[in-house]
Amino acid sequence: MNHAFRLAGVAATALGLTLASGSAFAQSAIKIGFISTMSGPEGVLGQDLADGFKLAMKHAGGKFGGRPVEVIYGDDLFKPDVGRQLADKMIESDKVQIVTGINFSNVLLAALKPVLDSGAFYISTNAGPSILAGKQCNPHFFAGAFQNDQNYEGMGQYLKDKGYKKVYLMAPNYPAGKDMLTGVKRYYKGDVSGEVYTAMGQLDYSAEIAQIRAAKPDAVLVFYPGGMGINFVKQYAQAGLKEQIPLFAGAAVVDQTILPAVGEAAVGMYTGALWSEFLDNAANKRFTTDFEAEYKRIPSPYAALAYDTGRLMSAAGDQVGGKIEDKAAFQKALEAAKFDSVRGSFRFNTNHMPIQDYYLTRIEKDSKGRYVAALKEKIMTDLTDAYAGDCKMPAP
Amino acid sequence: MDPGLFVEQSLNGVQLGVQLFLMSAGLTLVFGIMNLINLAHGSLYMAGAFFAAAFIKLTGSFMLALALAIPATAILGALMELVVLRRFYGRSHLDQVLVTFGLILVFNDLVRLVWGVVPVAMPTPEFLSGSVTIFEGVRYPAFRLAILAVGLLVALGLYVVVVHTRTGMWIRAGASNRAMASALGVDVQLVFGLVFAAGAALAGLAGMMAGPITAVQVGMGEPILILALVVTVIGGIGSIRGAFIAALMIGVVDTFGRVLLPPALGSMVIFMLMAVILAWRPKGLFPVHA
Repeated sequence: MNHAFRLAGVAATALGLTLASGSAFAQSAIKIGFISTMSGPEGVLGQDLADGFKLAMKHAGGKFGGRPVEVIYGDDLFKPDVGRQLADKMIESDKVQIVTGINFSNVLLAALKPVLDSGAFYISTNAGPSILAGKQCNPHFFAGAFQNDQNYEGMGQYLKDKGYKKVYLMAPNYPAGKDMLTGVKRYYKGDVSGEVYTAMGQLDYSAEIAQIRAAKPDAVLVFYPGGMGINFVKQYAQAGLKEQIPLFAGAAVVDQTILPAVGEAAVGMYTGALWSEFLDNAANKRFTTDFEAEYKRIPSPYAALAYDTGRLMSAAGDQVGGKIEDKAAFQKALEAAKFDSVRGSFRFNTNHMPIQDYYLTRIEKDSKGRYVAALKEKIMTDLTDAYAGDCKMPAP
Repeated sequence: MDPGLFVEQSLNGVQLGVQLFLMSAGLTLVFGIMNLINLAHGSLYMAGAFFAAAFIKLTGSFMLALALAIPATAILGALMELVVLRRFYGRSHLDQVLVTFGLILVFNDLVRLVWGVVPVAMPTPEFLSGSVTIFEGVRYPAFRLAILAVGLLVALGLYVVVVHTRTGMWIRAGASNRAMASALGVDVQLVFGLVFAAGAALAGLAGMMAGPITAVQVGMGEPILILALVVTVIGGIGSIRGAFIAALMIGVVDTFGRVLLPPALGSMVIFMLMAVILAWRPKGLFPVHA
């Protein structure tokens, strides 16, 4: 009896499994792993990236080429080791085919290996470290947002164009801080009257601001992401320097994740941007309108570029009819990047880094009393990154 | 460095120092008197800033918000002592570190639940938003002068209370010998509660004064807590005077270190100072438990 019972159980399970795998074969979902910093002080970045990406999936109808898409979310806690563990788990037990979402370059570099080793794709909604743009470029790695240096290269060009003679540069003392200022100096050739690196997460900048006042530069350019940006911009305004020496930064320093907290102190600041909510194109109108309706706030550049990367993925997925298992075809479709970008102009370079335009924005108060980065002018057209020459991309 | 810049940087250093003092005063008393390591002191700093930001939004007045947020933080501190920490006075320091670290996580998530992950706005009050000419060529933000004034007033107030009142005598007695003070009829439990609430109020005040110049966001209390611990250890655990002198020292050394030394060394200099002082006086500058 017992034996027969067990046998029946085994048979039923086997039958069930066959049934399950049978149906899965017909309609198995495309699996995407989305890793980002969702908690802690920097958690706001991951939230904005995820919200932008979710909207892109919604606009795609939750399907690539008629095949349903399932997104699995993970929180890397701003820790490279946690990011690595999540990537391992998603690849091995969830069997994801695409990984995306990571915002910090150091986390990305740690998590990338298991993804690429397994043959999966990594399509970045944010970080685009220089190391992956040159010699170590990879056929399955795509930067949907930017190559890191691009964020500041246009700023360097602008300072040069406008004839600023003495520029003061500041950033936190870590690799991305140095990359950004390198980006500036690649285009700005004038006198750098100060290049100051401060401690990561520094709260008080009074001493540094006093030094700026004494150095009398004619422009100040900073890279302070997250809470550091709030601290610096507030203190710069309080010191009365904002009216004397114009302050420049990349868009991420005073974006919509930070502007509500900085408020009036940021008004008049110039920021360099790869995207603006005021860019006049149909894709951008649809995105900004739907994002505000869905989440009741103005999207940040993080959200916009994550949305755009999601759109890129879905367009490529549609093009291969949902069969992303055909990796060469999917890679080709990604390289072609046939989608309407919210950035207006977007295409991939040979190293899978974007070629895109660069804009100047200025922080202003809009008619509803909200602080926004108003679009001022286009600084550069078709900005490429500096590393593409070193990349010998293998054919798919 | 010309004289004007030197004066400005000295002011910056002293101003950072008094901010640290507000934070350390409560920490050192709690540590000294109750023998309790409270890592969640930084959460009270964060709570103060968030309460003040909320009350500013509600009332539109910075002063009124301060008047409401200080007692609110004190009550939160008293509750924290009553509900959780009271059970941990007799436990080992490791247990205390674990439970108060847990409290940090709880408070961070509570703040995230209530206010969300986006940092909140805390504008500089209108009457303190400009800058003041101290002397020819040296202008200094009015709000930073206000921080300086508040910090020095609190230091003076604490000095009067601790050295010249009966409550202060109990506190000093408790700090130098708990068991003996208790045996001589001091209501130690009451003193503990009072000191904890007062320390919480001071941490909250530090957070409120920092709000207009720094980011009011989840986790803002942890970086300042580390500096406050350094101040407490250098000053001598339980000593208000030690905390005051050590805080000013750290403020000035940190400010000039950042300006004059290369970046990696500049952010390390206060820890090197701590190491040197502890090598010379292992119990800090003004040890209470002789």
